[in-house]
Amino acid sequence: MQTHTDHIALFSHVSIDYPLKKYTLRAVTDVTFALKRGAVTALVGESGSGKTTIASSLIRCISEPGRVAEGDITFYGSGGEETRLDLLSDKEMRAFRWRKVSMVFQAAQSALNPVLTVREQFSETLEAHGEKLAKEEREARFSDLLDYVKLDAERVLSSYPHELSGGMKQRVMIAFALLLDPELIILDEPTTALDVITQNYIFTLLKKINREKGISMLLMTHDISVVAKFADYVGVMYGGRLMEYGDVRTVFHRREHPYTAGLIGATPSIVGDISQMKPIEGSPPDLLDLPKGCVFAPRCPKCRPVCLTEEPPMREFEDGSMGKCYFYREGDHADTAG
Amino acid sequence: MQTRQDDIRAETPLMRLENINMVFRKPGALFADRDIHVLKDISLEIGEREIVALVGESGCGKTTLGKIVTGLYRPTSGDVYFEGERVSGVFDKKLSSYNQVQFIQQDSYAALNPVRTIYQSLYAPIKTHHRKWKRAQIDERIEELMGLIGLLPSSQFLGKYPHQLSGGQRQRILMARAISLDPKLIVADEPVSMIDVSLRLSLLNLMKELNEKLGMSFVYISHDLSTTRYIAHSGRVAVMYLGQIVEVGKIGDVISSPRHPYTRALLQAVPIPDPDFKGNDELPLKSMQLGSLENRGEGCAFFDRCLYSREACKQKFGSVLTETAEVLCCNLGQVPSEPVFEKIDRTEENV
Repeated sequence: MQTHTDHIALFSHVSIDYPLKKYTLRAVTDVTFALKRGAVTALVGESGSGKTTIASSLIRCISEPGRVAEGDITFYGSGGEETRLDLLSDKEMRAFRWRKVSMVFQAAQSALNPVLTVREQFSETLEAHGEKLAKEEREARFSDLLDYVKLDAERVLSSYPHELSGGMKQRVMIAFALLLDPELIILDEPTTALDVITQNYIFTLLKKINREKGISMLLMTHDISVVAKFADYVGVMYGGRLMEYGDVRTVFHRREHPYTAGLIGATPSIVGDISQMKPIEGSPPDLLDLPKGCVFAPRCPKCRPVCLTEEPPMREFEDGSMGKCYFYREGDHADTAG
Repeated sequence: MQTRQDDIRAETPLMRLENINMVFRKPGALFADRDIHVLKDISLEIGEREIVALVGESGCGKTTLGKIVTGLYRPTSGDVYFEGERVSGVFDKKLSSYNQVQFIQQDSYAALNPVRTIYQSLYAPIKTHHRKWKRAQIDERIEELMGLIGLLPSSQFLGKYPHQLSGGQRQRILMARAISLDPKLIVADEPVSMIDVSLRLSLLNLMKELNEKLGMSFVYISHDLSTTRYIAHSGRVAVMYLGQIVEVGKIGDVISSPRHPYTRALLQAVPIPDPDFKGNDELPLKSMQLGSLENRGEGCAFFDRCLYSREACKQKFGSVLTETAEVLCCNLGQVPSEPVFEKIDRTEENV
């Protein structure tokens, strides 16, 4: 078992509810996993799988009226301090957010304030966090950051968001996330709506930040190819549950969980054999009307009677992998790999 | 432009585009309107039962070209031939109101009328084009269509409104509507980009099936080369850059041995769902910035970003026929020709 210094954050049995008028929707159910310090961890899942909800809970940015109903979220700072994020007051959370954990949002065009220049937005954030810097110092910090993400600082700082292209805005957002030297950056689908060449560029940049500055990253994506290329560890979400967690190569090679195997088998690639590809039958679950046993059972090719009555427990293995399936790493299951 | 396809296919292609140019006028200050040359000298043929894919970055003109094929835009200059006859846009008689070419949009939610039921959305086009058909006959046709797209029992879907269906189901309805008039050609503009990953493949399979069973030709527009390879595995791909087709050939050949410098960069940027493929981080490009459609010079549009460009490329460009493709580059001798993917050998390491 690893010590907590290896981890930067730990989700322990976290459930997140959205209380609605007539009923309560549970978007995330009993999720436990740790984020490794210095690594890129990806959460992959389809829309409605709960990946954005769980990641947003780190900085209490879950969209209203969502709230953490059960479980602990702990942050381990580099100085050895432990912070229970779910217990912080709103004021404490405001100070913590962005300084320790920042976020790059999905739609860069709507994440930037359209009536402020980039410089004004950067300054505003510095002031809100009580950083009192001389003008030159501040300018120097902004230019350094923008240079780092390979933008022309002079031009970009005095631009309004609409004067920048999609790829440039996303790079401004990345610089923005680095502004207060955080230890962890949450990346919510950072490249949707960007074309492949810009996407490649953004990920190359993020990888460089991860390696050079040692900043840990939590990436949410629906694209398993991006996970293969960019992440070190991966958690697979489905119907609000974490179905599988492990290091990327193990997860891709062993394909132990039927949902993960299905996702990989349903993702076309530009190399290799495409004649064996097949879609996952059925459609994603309705969170208000979840099946009784395993949430994936109705679509699972390996479904047995037990899967329909009782939800499988999450089991942990020696190499740090976790799987939520009765047949995870069982002999009769291993032959599906490759 | 003489194309390779002319030699291969003697019979008349289903659709032929010849030297298509499209210029949009961008309003500027007084008398300072600027012309934006969105498509430049595009020539392309679409054969019967063929799937042709158009790929490229956003802004490369692939959707504009798709709209010219469907007749929604009329090109500024150049000719469109359908089954050998020249046609001119949506209201051309030859195409009997163009119902032989249909369009499937990217956003299925926006493409269906929100206050009409699915039945009404499917009924209207059939009634419009078959005035004499009785209600029962149309119902029968709708039932048949619902079977083709795999939404059965149809009674469960026909009475619903678009918002009551999932994205995948709506996209299927769009497909049913597109094939309801027995078109010969369907233009699908990013049909799966807004669909969940686990459902994408079944939609692509459906399109393949329509192509194989009903013999419909497809123009598949996408920026995603992986899904393109899947759907058009035996078809052709045209890679577009700034309004020009820079490389066209069989998709297998283009992916295994890309020749145009831009195609090589584009392919290298595609993430592969296998961690054992080397992350080709640095793309073979001089700059990230997409060139401008305005002030397009005489020379090669890719000049500024190309690693292999020489002074001469500023003045002229031309196409070259290689063994497998037609490539718009006159300095091909300098461009490497090995495949862009390399699998990391991890046999030594423990997996």
